[in-house]
Amino acid sequence: MTDVMHNFELFQPDSVQGVEELLDEFDDAWIIAGGKDSLDWFKDRVIQPTVVVDLARVPDLGGIEALDDGGLYIGSMTTLTEVNESDLVKERFPILSVAAGNVASPQIRNAGTIGGNISQDTRCGYYRDGFPCYRAGGNTCYANTPTAMNRDHALFEVSRCVAVTPSDTAPAMVALGATMVIRRGGEDMEVPAAEFFIGPEIDITRMTVLEPGDILLGIRIPGAWANARHYFEKVADRSTWDFALVSVTMVAQMAGNSIGDAAIVCGGVQCTPRRLTEVEDVIRGEVPGSELETLVRRVASRGASPLNFNHFKIPLMENLAARAVRSLG
Amino acid sequence: MTYKLIGKDFTPPDLEAKVTGAAKYAEDFRADGMAHVKVFGSPMPHARVRSIDLDDAMKIPGVLAALIPDEVKQPDITGLAILSNEPGYFGQPVVAIAAETEQAAADAVAALKVDMELLPFVVDPLESLKPDGPNALTGGNVSGRRIDFQELKWSGKDFALAEEGELPRGSSVVEWSFGDLDAAFADSKVIVEESFVHATNAHHAMEPRSAAAFWENGKCHVWGSTQSTSFAHPGLARMIGIEPTDLVFVAEYCGGGFGGKATSYPLMALPALMSKKLGGRPCLLRVSRNEEYYNGMARAGFQGWAKLGFAEDGKIIGADIFVVQDLGPTSGFPDFNNVGNAFSIVFQPTNMRFRAVPVLTNTAPKGAQRGPGENQAANMLEPLIDKAAAELGMDRMQIRHVNAPGNGGAGFKIGANQGPLTSAFLKEALDKGRDMFQWAERSSQSGMMTGSKARGYGVASAYHSAGSNGFDGLLRIAPDGTLHVHTGVGNLGTFSYASTSRVAAEVLGYDWDHVVIERGGSARHLPWNLGQFGSNTNFTMSRTNFVAAEDAKMKLLEIAAAKLGGDPSGYELSDERVVSKSDMSVGITFAEAAQLAIEMGGKYSGQVLPEDLNPMTQGSAAALAGTGLIGVAKDNLPKDGTVPALSASFIEVDVDLETGQVEILDYIGVADCGTVVHPTGLAAQVRGGAVMGFGLGTTERHVYDPAYGLPNAKSFYHAKPKSYLDVPAELGWAAVDQPDMQNPMGIKGIGEPLEGSASAALICAISDALGGHMFNRTPIVTDMIVNAAAGNPQSHKPLATNTV
Repeated sequence: MTDVMHNFELFQPDSVQGVEELLDEFDDAWIIAGGKDSLDWFKDRVIQPTVVVDLARVPDLGGIEALDDGGLYIGSMTTLTEVNESDLVKERFPILSVAAGNVASPQIRNAGTIGGNISQDTRCGYYRDGFPCYRAGGNTCYANTPTAMNRDHALFEVSRCVAVTPSDTAPAMVALGATMVIRRGGEDMEVPAAEFFIGPEIDITRMTVLEPGDILLGIRIPGAWANARHYFEKVADRSTWDFALVSVTMVAQMAGNSIGDAAIVCGGVQCTPRRLTEVEDVIRGEVPGSELETLVRRVASRGASPLNFNHFKIPLMENLAARAVRSLG
Repeated sequence: MTYKLIGKDFTPPDLEAKVTGAAKYAEDFRADGMAHVKVFGSPMPHARVRSIDLDDAMKIPGVLAALIPDEVKQPDITGLAILSNEPGYFGQPVVAIAAETEQAAADAVAALKVDMELLPFVVDPLESLKPDGPNALTGGNVSGRRIDFQELKWSGKDFALAEEGELPRGSSVVEWSFGDLDAAFADSKVIVEESFVHATNAHHAMEPRSAAAFWENGKCHVWGSTQSTSFAHPGLARMIGIEPTDLVFVAEYCGGGFGGKATSYPLMALPALMSKKLGGRPCLLRVSRNEEYYNGMARAGFQGWAKLGFAEDGKIIGADIFVVQDLGPTSGFPDFNNVGNAFSIVFQPTNMRFRAVPVLTNTAPKGAQRGPGENQAANMLEPLIDKAAAELGMDRMQIRHVNAPGNGGAGFKIGANQGPLTSAFLKEALDKGRDMFQWAERSSQSGMMTGSKARGYGVASAYHSAGSNGFDGLLRIAPDGTLHVHTGVGNLGTFSYASTSRVAAEVLGYDWDHVVIERGGSARHLPWNLGQFGSNTNFTMSRTNFVAAEDAKMKLLEIAAAKLGGDPSGYELSDERVVSKSDMSVGITFAEAAQLAIEMGGKYSGQVLPEDLNPMTQGSAAALAGTGLIGVAKDNLPKDGTVPALSASFIEVDVDLETGQVEILDYIGVADCGTVVHPTGLAAQVRGGAVMGFGLGTTERHVYDPAYGLPNAKSFYHAKPKSYLDVPAELGWAAVDQPDMQNPMGIKGIGEPLEGSASAALICAISDALGGHMFNRTPIVTDMIVNAAAGNPQSHKPLATNTV
């Protein structure tokens, strides 16, 4: 409330090795990238680490490289503006460029990073206010009560917590089959995006597989979907500086007039990006058209369980899925 | 009439500092040894402080002092305390800590042990009016300006249809009427009847209400953020507990007020009180964005009902309106009165009853916000006009035109007493907008589908009172010939402090380059001026500067006559000289006249002052006495009637029925503002009002969890005012540009209704795109459109408020 951070020790190492050494030395060290998520936590004094490790001066973590398979490697500290404006990204994976350009505001995109965007914590107001909810280690979900304000919350995969992923770029990572390159215990490991984002059933206190001491080095996007058909749409209350109520991200290969393969992912409907596998099954091999859209609408939200204020997300995600398929026509 | 300065663009003298960042706001105050103040805000919506343990907080290195509620003056129960032992809303300041650094002060706030007992609380006015509903304050739930604090409960029978969405209408505490309503409804061709909800919304001032202060030689110096330099002064002195003459107040810039900083407020006094405790040491209170949302005021929300009766020609012959206002935890602002007044002037019903109940809630304190009550009235009631037009088979623009005041305003009326208007050209504003917008051609495309997008059109009007009288003007012609216009108008951002100062220059025939505006603090010797309550400034302070300039003009003529011989009537002003009418080569310069004024003394140089001046003006003029020719006078010009600012808005939108997204394609706002004083400033008001209105109408959120009394919208990204990236780059504007004859230059205000007509037009356009769907709830947010388009029920429980 006072908007004044607690005291902490700030380190700004200039190498990944330096980061690792600090994370080894300090158990509660907190990594910040662009700081757009972390600094709010600090100013609200809900999270108060004694040591903060700033990645801004680590040169190896930024930049976008073309891969031989037609894919890209994007350093975790690459800013969202860089991702949005990159000719390489626009050429190969335009949905990622568009998704990055839909994050927050121009000012935030200039400072915020792609690694930070996909790793950010949920924006559930109760949790961010410091309520002792499940996600914060307590034993109640304040957003899922008979009177709770939960317009922004989840339709699917609820397990005690009803918070959703706020990231605009995370669904694109899942759709594109990206893998996250993580330094853990001195070794590099790669985790598919579909496994990188985790729901409350796996660990209610985290949104990703990242554990204390882990460093997200970068994102490897395979070339499989390069130059495929892409569709991204984000529905929010405002055109800027707003989180998605629901978003849809789709990549698809066409075989003549028919849809070959496709990956469709929704944001804003559950704790992780939601792959619409039933929709993908319905459209595979089919010709886009109103009949197919009708079917897509019927299956897109199947299994949804709305809360007090978010049942609008059901027709909204149905419509967005249909619009994505319509774009292939 | 052709003027030299009025109606011409100019660069306000503070503009460069604002765009370069050189402007110094209250939070920019720095002084050697400055202490930092932070506050402990209530973690409960309504609580009693049982005890405050300062021990751990005072042990934090660098902590200097604490202030607790018992050490500050407490208002009555419906007032807003500087520090409170019974906070009535989440975040209300309870304890203040001063320390060497802001960090230490915040650490000390975190270390405080405040034992608090939760008291009954409520965030929905109707819940409080239920037979067993909680009271927001101990002992009562109803208050308001000129309304006694009391407990009011309605019966279960009153609430019988509430679950069906019909506003319960128990006993009211405000009621007025004129005409024969029953007969009117009996004669009506069409009757529309709806219940509705209008959400509260925050003021979103970009500059939080930070303040700084120190004491020196018995004077208290305060830097504050306010819309109103002179008007804020006495109230601030009262809160600090000193005479106004012992307060040196600086308010040079204001980073947004919108009514929330209309005058002084409790947090502005806090650094002064802490500084006093520290022996006068400078203190800065930096208010965070969160704290601004807690303490920074909000527009009052409403739950309401209206029944309107229309004659065959569209004339409104019967209007029965009942509103329940969300007051917040204090007596708040009487928006409710303005709802009735606004409807009565914009639509001129011949028979009307208005009832209201202002109800206390444990939500953010409510203050006036741009068009308080009037703009909510537009949003709540304009859709009913569209519904009636559809039933009558009338054009939506035409039905408004039939009812609007115009032709100058003679014979048109306002309010309970059906008082006169000083001028009104709303019909003409509608005409102008209709032609510019090409309403007839374009609105025929209503409902046109392009893919999933439906085209919608909206037209709406709004009103705000736009002028007062009885304040003072003060100016000085220096011996170097420059004109110094002293203005107590605040620097709200409308630049009207400057444009009204130009009236004095106009009267005296000055070149604008030879004019200095003295403003921004009491050390500048300011006159008693009305607060910068947006729309009121232009009418009111153009009159004060006019009378001061007329006083100076008369003195110039008298001085010339005394120096050169003859009668003052034989002289006139020309090119900053006083010249003989018969021979313009004979005369004296204004500089020479100023020097002569000093030599002549008495009234000419401010040693003798009019007795009817406000004490603030008396003091300021006395301070200037002997330094030049002093022009000073109270505005005793005749004024008979309400000065109405009126506006009309036209809008074209596409509503995506699949996503609920609303795209504004075109907008035109037309102002009935009297003589246009500053075209670029007016354009900024039309456009800025529209952007603000678009947020009010569609995106802004003010959400409370009723189980905890917890505000969920306490940052820009939660509260969602529109940004410039959310609206078209071009927004059209025009002015009727017809003078108000009760202002010497025809000037009246305009700022406030420009928001309400824009938001109401947008709301009507969305409904139009959806085939006339009545949302009866403002704002119309994305989920409501998605639900409506899908044929699904809305999430909100009927009439529930603080849920959007």
